[in-house]
Amino acid sequence: MMTVLILLMGAATPILFAALGELVVERAGVLNLGVEGMMIGGALAGFAAAHATGSPAVGFAVAALAGAALSMLFAVMTQYLLSNQVATGLALVLFGLGLTAMFGKPYEGVKAPAMMAGPLGLNGMIWLGLALVPAVWWGLTRTRPGLILRAVGENHDAAHALGYPVRRVRILAIAFGGAMAGMGGAYVSIATVLQWTEGMTAGAGWIALAIVVFAQWNPWGVLAGAWLFGGVTVLQLRLQAAGVAVPVQLLSMAPYLATILVLVLISARQKFGRSGGGSAPGSLGRSFHALR
Amino acid sequence: MFRLEPRASASLGWQIATPVLAVLATMLVGGILFAAMGFDPLAAIRTIFWDPLFGPASGYSRPQLLVKAGPLILIACGLALGFRAGIWNIGAEGQYIIGAICGAAVALAAYPLDAFWIFPAMILAGAAGGWAWGMIPALLRNWFGASEILVSLMLVYVAQKIAAWMAFGPMKNPEGFNFPGSRNLQQYEAAANPELIAGSGLHWGVVAAGVALALTWFVMSRHILGFQIRTAGAAPRAARFAGVRPERLVALCLGVSGALAGLAGLFEVAGPAGQITESFGSGYGFTAIIVAFLGRLHPLGILLAGLLMALTYIGGELAQMMLNLPAATVQVFQGMLLFFLLGFDILTRYRIRRRA
Amino acid sequence: MKRRTLLGSAAALVAASALPALAHGEKLKVGFIYVGPVGDGGWTFQHDLARKAVLEKYGDRVETTFIESVPEGADAERAITQLALSGHKLIFTTSFGFMDATVNVAKKFPDVKFEHATGYKTAENLATYDARFYEGRAVMGTIAGRMTKSNKIGYIGSFPIPEVVQGINSSYLHAKKVNPDVEMKVVWAYTWFDPAKEADAAAALIAEGVDVILQHTDSTAPLAKAQEAGAIGFGQASDMAAFKPTPRVSSIIDNWAPYYIKRVGAVLGGTWTSHSVWLGIGEGEVEIGEITEAVPAEVKAEAEALKAKIASGEYHPFTGPLKKQDGSDWLAEGQTASDEDLRGMNFYVEGITAPMPK
Repeated sequence: MMTVLILLMGAATPILFAALGELVVERAGVLNLGVEGMMIGGALAGFAAAHATGSPAVGFAVAALAGAALSMLFAVMTQYLLSNQVATGLALVLFGLGLTAMFGKPYEGVKAPAMMAGPLGLNGMIWLGLALVPAVWWGLTRTRPGLILRAVGENHDAAHALGYPVRRVRILAIAFGGAMAGMGGAYVSIATVLQWTEGMTAGAGWIALAIVVFAQWNPWGVLAGAWLFGGVTVLQLRLQAAGVAVPVQLLSMAPYLATILVLVLISARQKFGRSGGGSAPGSLGRSFHALR
Repeated sequence: MFRLEPRASASLGWQIATPVLAVLATMLVGGILFAAMGFDPLAAIRTIFWDPLFGPASGYSRPQLLVKAGPLILIACGLALGFRAGIWNIGAEGQYIIGAICGAAVALAAYPLDAFWIFPAMILAGAAGGWAWGMIPALLRNWFGASEILVSLMLVYVAQKIAAWMAFGPMKNPEGFNFPGSRNLQQYEAAANPELIAGSGLHWGVVAAGVALALTWFVMSRHILGFQIRTAGAAPRAARFAGVRPERLVALCLGVSGALAGLAGLFEVAGPAGQITESFGSGYGFTAIIVAFLGRLHPLGILLAGLLMALTYIGGELAQMMLNLPAATVQVFQGMLLFFLLGFDILTRYRIRRRA
Repeated sequence: MKRRTLLGSAAALVAASALPALAHGEKLKVGFIYVGPVGDGGWTFQHDLARKAVLEKYGDRVETTFIESVPEGADAERAITQLALSGHKLIFTTSFGFMDATVNVAKKFPDVKFEHATGYKTAENLATYDARFYEGRAVMGTIAGRMTKSNKIGYIGSFPIPEVVQGINSSYLHAKKVNPDVEMKVVWAYTWFDPAKEADAAAALIAEGVDVILQHTDSTAPLAKAQEAGAIGFGQASDMAAFKPTPRVSSIIDNWAPYYIKRVGAVLGGTWTSHSVWLGIGEGEVEIGEITEAVPAEVKAEAEALKAKIASGEYHPFTGPLKKQDGSDWLAEGQTASDEDLRGMNFYVEGITAPMPK
């Protein structure tokens, strides 16, 4: 049982980081589809730094910076040049995947320094991921900056009228999302695989986007979602290893179908006027331009 | 300091100028990037943007532009309708896959029968499959208010898993030595979608793309529906007063774009791709989003943008072959192109004024 | 080696007049189509090493070109055609999924020679080549059977295709031969390359008590996981030497260089003919990487003896009596498996309890 839990934690950590970051971005009213691009950027930069310094910790720090730097591209485009967020996010994915494949060549076939196992056989990043869940929850719901961020996400015009710096709040949120995605990507290269290969995040960024919706934009839900999505993979592999015949493709569809179901439920609850529970931020995905 | 002032209507001049500027900027920055990596920037740009059109082997690569651009244009036409109305179908990739599976299912069920109705039936099945997959986000939005962006995106993954399941299970070629993948439809004459004129690159999918362009143009500029779509996108409240029923528009836009994506998938599986494999979805549905934006959601623009995207793919292959540029070049180029276009786009919608 | 070169150039002299395709002093252009990036550290990486070996061997008599990360299907056909159009006279297409595309292009360019890896369709100007990976797996299986303490060994499969099923059966049979109590756990990852998923697959096996992991997927992630858990594993496709001496105790290496050098030589010499070959340890196409000091000397000796017997043709890894998983007879006493049987292999041998995916 314990081993299954450890497996699950490991598989869930990259998507937990990325999804927590994206959650904050979306709560600020911004839809950044470029998570995959920022993750792969973090995976390469983190790996390179860890390899150069011999320290995984430095690797994760650099990965956070790299993810944040890539996200600034998105921030400038969407916040200053008011570009469409969906298209800009897609461009970020292409750009990140392509750029890392080009500049990652020298790191192919090189091994990363080993990470130290922490308490209970879980490494420091797993613990950090777990700690960030309550931290993000507390930050969003119990602090004044969190309140402002949510106000900006719900209704940017009203927030602006109240004198909150909509654009600045959003840029900071996007940077946070980038840093988190970068660290999530670096977890794949530094902790899971210990090597760099192009395209190695293999769609984890898209799963993170699904998790945020599944979580109803709530940090605790993100934790549950990361465990569900990571868990289905771990579970089907475990069942196979135990000699059980598993319909792999059908099973791996399940989390996505569950996400759609959750989305429908929360939307319906909102539409038919029952309160409580999370819902999509009111200004999600809309550009903001102050006329005054 | 400068400030932005919205234009009353988008500037036509800038609408035409910005894509050109974006291409030029991409070439410029791309050239700097190549030079930094130790490649000859001029040779690289010529190989990517010029050689497929006018180079030594262009007799072959020009028709290939059509093959590559056909599905992109077909999908982008449908997407443009929705995007104009503010309806965000980003799951065309899923509709493309499901359309291909439904079309291939007809062919595989009929195999080895030789009958005239097989190909038309496949077309219907492909369109219906894509339409149905597109209607899921439409209905969920209409009934429950669920975001079509997120639902359609989730359905892409579901479709990819279905494709894998089909390739390993129900559609696996019984004569294929247990390798995943369906029978090759190119080799099944009644179901094949071959080149109509040898060496022209023209197949039914390209023809369909042409028809879709014409119809999109007609609907958008000559039909009341186009007016409703544009009003709904620009001023949703005003549209309601003008008698536009948003639910109907959502169902229509997602249904039509789904059907067109499904058709693209069907023509691809019966023609250039040939078979349903686990990796059948090769990203056309996502690239078509870029094409729709690059083409400013206008049929003529989509035509040019589709061809330009096809050019970067084929030119990228040539650059790999001739100059040993890495394959990732294409992705970087497409990413940059989109960034620059979206960035310059602000000039069409806003005027830059010096702050008083 | 020297002798073959001499003969080669002699043949070239003889054939020179008969071969208008390659004028004197003109370089032979050889093209390669890869399914992954050259930096994948596995399948494509090994094909590219062989390409470099060709360059080294023939120097300025040849020129090579490759196109990497080519999707299977329409894009492959275009990429192959582009190579043929730009004067490449010999083209290697290095993935099963390129089969139909290669066949189509070969029809259009009768004077270009094509070589398709792991497929089963040939033509006058289209040869196929494949490697008997199951021979190498027999050696891995022997080491695995001796090294396991839990008597549980695990296999990470990519896709349930004959090549991989052969590998599972071969490793199991030879592990069982040296350790009758051994049990085989199988996990299908349904990918050739997805580090995170492969890591999860390895972890799932380890959680089932497996302490020796064989992998048929290309990333090093399973080795990294094995290292964490104190288990051992083997390099796959490439040597994966970074994980020496443990967890990587040996490896199964795809060495395409001898074949590529030979076939390029054949075109240079004008002696190329189409064929369908399946080469193994004996021809050097399947190599066993260094067996490290983590393996006891007597096990190492045993493994090397088996390797030598397979190489010389004295022993076939699938020799009867063998039964299928369902208990039905497959091979009688002393009978060896035919190539047709192996090429379509879609069953486990008796003793493997894992279900065969449908």
